[in-house]
Amino acid sequence: MVGKIARRSFLIGAAAIAGGVALGYYTYRKPFPNPLDDELSGGEATFNPYVKIAPDNTITVIAPRAEMGQGVETTLAALVAEELDLDLAAINVEHGPVASAYANIAILRDGLPFPVFDQSTLANLARDGMAVVGKFLAVQATGGSTTTVDAFDKMRHAGAAAREMLKAAAAKEFGVAAATLTTRDGKVADPASGRRLTYGELAAAAAKLAPPTEIALREQAEWRLLGKPQMRTDMLAKVTGQPIFGIDVDLPDMVFGTVRMNPHLGGALVSLDASEAEKMPGVIKVVPIRTHLGNGFGVIAKTTWHAFQAADAVKVEWGQAPYPADSAGMWQVLTDAAANSGSVMRNDGNVAVEFADAPRERLIEAEYRVPFLAHAAMEPMNATAQFKDGVLDIWVPNQAPSPLRTVCAREAGIAEAKCNVHITYLGGGFGRRLEADYALYATKLAQVADGRPVKVTWTREEDITHDTYRPAALGRFRARLDEAGMPLAVDLKVVSPSIMASVLPRFYPMLAALGPDKTLTDGLFNQPYTIPNYRVAGVKADLTVPVGFWRSVGNSVNGFFHEAFMDEIATAGGIDPVELRKRLMAARPTAVKVVEKVAAMSNWGEKLPAGKAKGFAFVLSFGSWVAEVVQIADTPQGIRIEKVWIAADVGTALDPGIIQAQLTSAAIFGLSAAMGQEITFAGGMVEQSNFHDFDVMRISQCPEFEVAILENAPEMGGVGEIGTPPSLPALANAVFALTGKRIRELPLNKEVTFA
Amino acid sequence: MQLTVDGKPIEIDADPDMPLLWALRDLAGKRGVKFGCGIALCGACTVHVNGEAVRSCILPVGQVDGPVVTIEGLSTDGKLHPVQQAWLEEQVAQCGYCQSGQIMSAVALLERTSEPTDSEIDAAMSGNLCRCGTYPRIRAAIKRAASIKAGA
Repeated sequence: MVGKIARRSFLIGAAAIAGGVALGYYTYRKPFPNPLDDELSGGEATFNPYVKIAPDNTITVIAPRAEMGQGVETTLAALVAEELDLDLAAINVEHGPVASAYANIAILRDGLPFPVFDQSTLANLARDGMAVVGKFLAVQATGGSTTTVDAFDKMRHAGAAAREMLKAAAAKEFGVAAATLTTRDGKVADPASGRRLTYGELAAAAAKLAPPTEIALREQAEWRLLGKPQMRTDMLAKVTGQPIFGIDVDLPDMVFGTVRMNPHLGGALVSLDASEAEKMPGVIKVVPIRTHLGNGFGVIAKTTWHAFQAADAVKVEWGQAPYPADSAGMWQVLTDAAANSGSVMRNDGNVAVEFADAPRERLIEAEYRVPFLAHAAMEPMNATAQFKDGVLDIWVPNQAPSPLRTVCAREAGIAEAKCNVHITYLGGGFGRRLEADYALYATKLAQVADGRPVKVTWTREEDITHDTYRPAALGRFRARLDEAGMPLAVDLKVVSPSIMASVLPRFYPMLAALGPDKTLTDGLFNQPYTIPNYRVAGVKADLTVPVGFWRSVGNSVNGFFHEAFMDEIATAGGIDPVELRKRLMAARPTAVKVVEKVAAMSNWGEKLPAGKAKGFAFVLSFGSWVAEVVQIADTPQGIRIEKVWIAADVGTALDPGIIQAQLTSAAIFGLSAAMGQEITFAGGMVEQSNFHDFDVMRISQCPEFEVAILENAPEMGGVGEIGTPPSLPALANAVFALTGKRIRELPLNKEVTFA
Repeated sequence: MQLTVDGKPIEIDADPDMPLLWALRDLAGKRGVKFGCGIALCGACTVHVNGEAVRSCILPVGQVDGPVVTIEGLSTDGKLHPVQQAWLEEQVAQCGYCQSGQIMSAVALLERTSEPTDSEIDAAMSGNLCRCGTYPRIRAAIKRAASIKAGA
């Protein structure tokens, strides 16, 4: 058995181990077991956690990340297929089981308080150390735009290792040296003799061989798939209405349910009267739910609609929430917290000295605000759970299956090994589906469903009013300009509830988030500007509204803050906004090139007809460098966004078609928020409930897009979120250019009307 | 209760007040039809009744007075509908959740207007939300579908 594990196991990449010694070199080097060993059927053979091959030449690649629209299934499969010399159409792609072998190492490295361009010894030691920690924690999660960065080496290695093992098996068969063989279209060929064997014919023997210790990966110049737009592996299912989402799960004997949790978030369930509801047709039972994530009740019924109807008829008394009852009270908490100095995340020069004697006429001071935001994924929260014979099965569209399993198994009082999590496609994620609440409540209903599976679907109203919101934030900024109008000193402070302090106890109630929360100042402290005196501080506000990761996280707040304030500096100093960025980022050629690219694409500086204007913004986030220009027009119906130009440097572009789609998608996500989205509170509850009061951009509002993808950056960056941060300030800056109104609080429709 | 769905008669035991959406999804197994908002604001549940695009989440099943076509009934003889083919060629979908509804709305638009302009596309499609922001490719796919149909 030991031999089998050793043979079939797989070494995670070749991460440096500078910090690894303290944690145990041996444990770190020990490979994770291959979870596919337990899942083989029909004579399949597995080579490592990413590849299995059946005798009939059915080749399955595991893409163990959440497919929520960002195209990771396609690109991850392409990493393996590239090295196996296969076309994407020739393979099956599966999410696979939840397992330590699929831990996301990159996601933890990105939590460190170092900008991506900081290549100091300290920063790199910390990154290597975090890679080690990541392997010990073995969290399988999709987020932080880390998927391709994390997978780039290890999944290509997986494909290459399998290829070399197949060649070695064929070499034995043919009696020739493996190096003389070629691979193409699922076959190993001996060019000298013309003999060929399929991967399927070789797989059983090949998988018994030792994996190669040294593997040469394909040179970038030889890539057939990577670097070129691929047909998405999920597209056909998505245009033909296949039942691929969590909400589509269908199991024998399944019943349907819904939940209504206390809308005073964090409040108790005081009393419940289900007597009317339980008499309604189609209702099986109404059950109270009390968990550390929320209190309320669930309904189990014959159909989802019956469950919805019955839930409306339940009489319930809710306990109060632990936060101020309305938005005004919450802003007061943030305003009060602004008196604190917070954690200083960047401190170049001597800001205090520069502001002490700053002349009034060279001083700019501004206060900025952004609201709470809901995710509003198109597929409402849902999960299907079955608890039978001590085993809990959960079918769920989720981004973080291993922490989800921890939470649900703990609630059910079973070992994690007795909890199977099955990940479906996600009808949107955006960070909302990193949470486990909806799976936890399904678990509670499954515990009282007599062993039957229960599909638990939330209403849209439940979804909007029980989110883990993008936190509201307050920015207090000042700048001192020099005689040429350039910033001599900037002092930036952001105040917001801490995402990490909210998230961590939801998964690990015993853990407290200590120290600074990098997400608070992400997009503010780590921008590639050189300003002689540059201070950035983050203050955690003590506000217990549940907050979480929302596409681009802190960058969605601070991208707006930083870049709208830069626009103010440009205006006050009489310098063109693009010219200002080029001067401030002159030491970062990657940044200058994207700025110049987007300026050229958009013909920045051209004279526009009356009633039109452009705005510019640049944000470095998730290791990628992105500049955007938004052009707007004044129309009788209001401001119309006409066109958006995006230039993004992602280092290495693995699939330009998908990257183009993601940049556009993320910009629309940001523009939707900037135009009109906000979550507000009254009476202790969220006031918005559906798309009539939390709308998203409609096709009739959608601008034209022009996208350029650059590859000058030395490291590969993320893709899924990077288009969002610059979109909000670019729009706000365009509104200033058009109307002269410097709007410092989102959404912009508080002050202007959009068509 | 008798319904004709995707060309086949089906028998379901539904309260006439039950929205068509839930009758299709939970009783008839037509899970290609999606639940998004429940109040006809997002279009994810769009199906055709008597050839017209309707929001099935607010239409009581008892009021359905003609054949219902869902995304699952668009392809015939194993061949994709021109709109589905265009969606595939333009690589429209991201998460894909809204796309059943988008495609059903687009099919209805092209039945009425064989070569829609941008503003006709905007008018016909603005009831269909896409949180992934696939709108630019939806516009391109509708135009491509129009030309596929014209060439057919």
